[in-house]
Amino acid sequence: MSTAASAAVLEYRRLSSRRLAVLAVFGCFLFATVTLDVATGPAFLPVGAVVRALLGQSGDPTVQVIVWSLRLPIAFMAVVVGAALGLTGAIMQTILNNPLASSYTLGISAGAGFGAALAIVAGSALPLPFRETDAVALCAFLFAGLSCAAVYAIGSIRGGTSEMLVLAGIALMFLFQALLSLLQFIASPEALQQVVFWLFGSLQKATWGKLVVVAATLAVCVPLLARNVWRLTAMKLGDERARGLGVHVRRVRIECFVLVSVLTGAAVAFVGTIGFIGLVAPHAARMLVGEDQRIFLPASALSGAILLSAASVASKTVLPGALVPIGIVTAMIGVPFFTWLVLRGRRSYW
Amino acid sequence: MSITLQNLGVRYGARLAVADVSFTAQPGRVTAVCGPNGSGKSSLVRAVAGLTPSTGSIGLADPAGGSGRPRLGYMPQDITAPPALSVIEVVLLGRLSSLALRIDPADLEAAAGVLDRLGIAPLANRDVRELSGGQRQLVFLAQALCGSPGVILLDEPTSALDLRHQLQVLGLLRELVRERGLTCLVVLHDLNAAARYADDVALMAGGRLVGYGPPAGLFTCDSIAQAFGVEAAVGVATDGCVTITALRPLDGPKPV
Repeated sequence: MSTAASAAVLEYRRLSSRRLAVLAVFGCFLFATVTLDVATGPAFLPVGAVVRALLGQSGDPTVQVIVWSLRLPIAFMAVVVGAALGLTGAIMQTILNNPLASSYTLGISAGAGFGAALAIVAGSALPLPFRETDAVALCAFLFAGLSCAAVYAIGSIRGGTSEMLVLAGIALMFLFQALLSLLQFIASPEALQQVVFWLFGSLQKATWGKLVVVAATLAVCVPLLARNVWRLTAMKLGDERARGLGVHVRRVRIECFVLVSVLTGAAVAFVGTIGFIGLVAPHAARMLVGEDQRIFLPASALSGAILLSAASVASKTVLPGALVPIGIVTAMIGVPFFTWLVLRGRRSYW
Repeated sequence: MSITLQNLGVRYGARLAVADVSFTAQPGRVTAVCGPNGSGKSSLVRAVAGLTPSTGSIGLADPAGGSGRPRLGYMPQDITAPPALSVIEVVLLGRLSSLALRIDPADLEAAAGVLDRLGIAPLANRDVRELSGGQRQLVFLAQALCGSPGVILLDEPTSALDLRHQLQVLGLLRELVRERGLTCLVVLHDLNAAARYADDVALMAGGRLVGYGPPAGLFTCDSIAQAFGVEAAVGVATDGCVTITALRPLDGPKPV
């Protein structure tokens, strides 16, 4: 190898190390936000007390119960839901080669919202064979899958290009929002209140059981996604180039759509629709680590986890004595953060 | 590995882009595909790359008796909207089938080696979006060559390059094709470049083959008038290469 080629290899290894360091820094930030999330609440716990409780060395059984039974499931739910939403946004932006793509902007979250509202409204009128919370989660999950399948089916009518899929997603988002408005219009006042609260998004109903379901879904999806990282990187060059490089673009897109539908369904089923994470997290990751999907996808997941975890802290502290729904906080944090990201960049990232 | 096209046809809806094209591109020889805009050059190359449905047959035969589909290196025309990747990462994608989560040092060295051969190793870790159109074209050429292909299909690989780089790239291409015994189909707009660097030329017009053969015999006033609808002066340079000078458009309907 020539000197120039050796220097290029060496420099690339340095670049890769720098990107891994960014992931490590993200990990540290996440640890900090999770610790803060566990510490904050109606009773603020000093960080030392939280750490002692986590190690099982707290002398105060109340602190032990607050940390283990109430706050940890919520803090970890913010992490796994944020990671899932960040990851789905990154996948959608990659397979559709569109910086505005996310499960929220393409109607998948709207589908889940409609499904949940349907279960709430129908549950208030008809006896259901499940507990209402289970029926709501199941319907949200199913409708997320259904809307994902519908986006793909409609988009595929005209060749399944990324432009057609994005247009199909936007059309479906408006359809589900209209159907949701219709449900709200005909719902009883009690059901309407529940629907509105679900749509705000909330981490407060998190339990260890629900957490395990979302975490297990994430754990199953990540290795499936890892098989396709280089193909996804190739798809960032455009469909034609990717096919020229030997990527079966249609097959990878279908696989990714299925994973996005499962991840979005699992993420929103228990916490409601949470916007902006799926849109903003991949942009933050892209600016720091580029679009080599081996690093970009984990960085997007970590960004999403940090953002939702930070939003969870903010939701408990922004109004003293009140808990602001997490969906409102993510939008309030997400919009200025996104604007700052866009404006500070010296060059275009999309 | 030779490429034998027999009665190749490509259709987009009702429009016939390539019709009844037959020729054989030999290994170790640069075969240029020339013709006016819309004559079916890119469609022909895309059909050989397996990117568009076609009729007729495309035979990829290994004279050494090897079996299986050869590795193809394909470089499309479009060089716009690159992603946030470094140059070496874009080139590595040319070896997609062998890439794993952890990059094999051999793959990395191969990518750096191709960049060095094309004289752009110093750009290896630059963001590909920061490069000029010509530099990007060199990067995608490196990608097409990085996978050690037996067949390379290049669609206007020098359209964004300055004169010096055009000469360098086409010279290097001919060198690589002869050195490695590659089969090379390259779409070129510049007839003088084709005459200088190609061993064979497939001249197309209206989706049909006007002629096929070494440029010295193929480029005549008549064949150029038939394909392009222009009057041209065909001469011979001091180094023996054919030169073509377009003089004026011919009256009458444009060739289709």
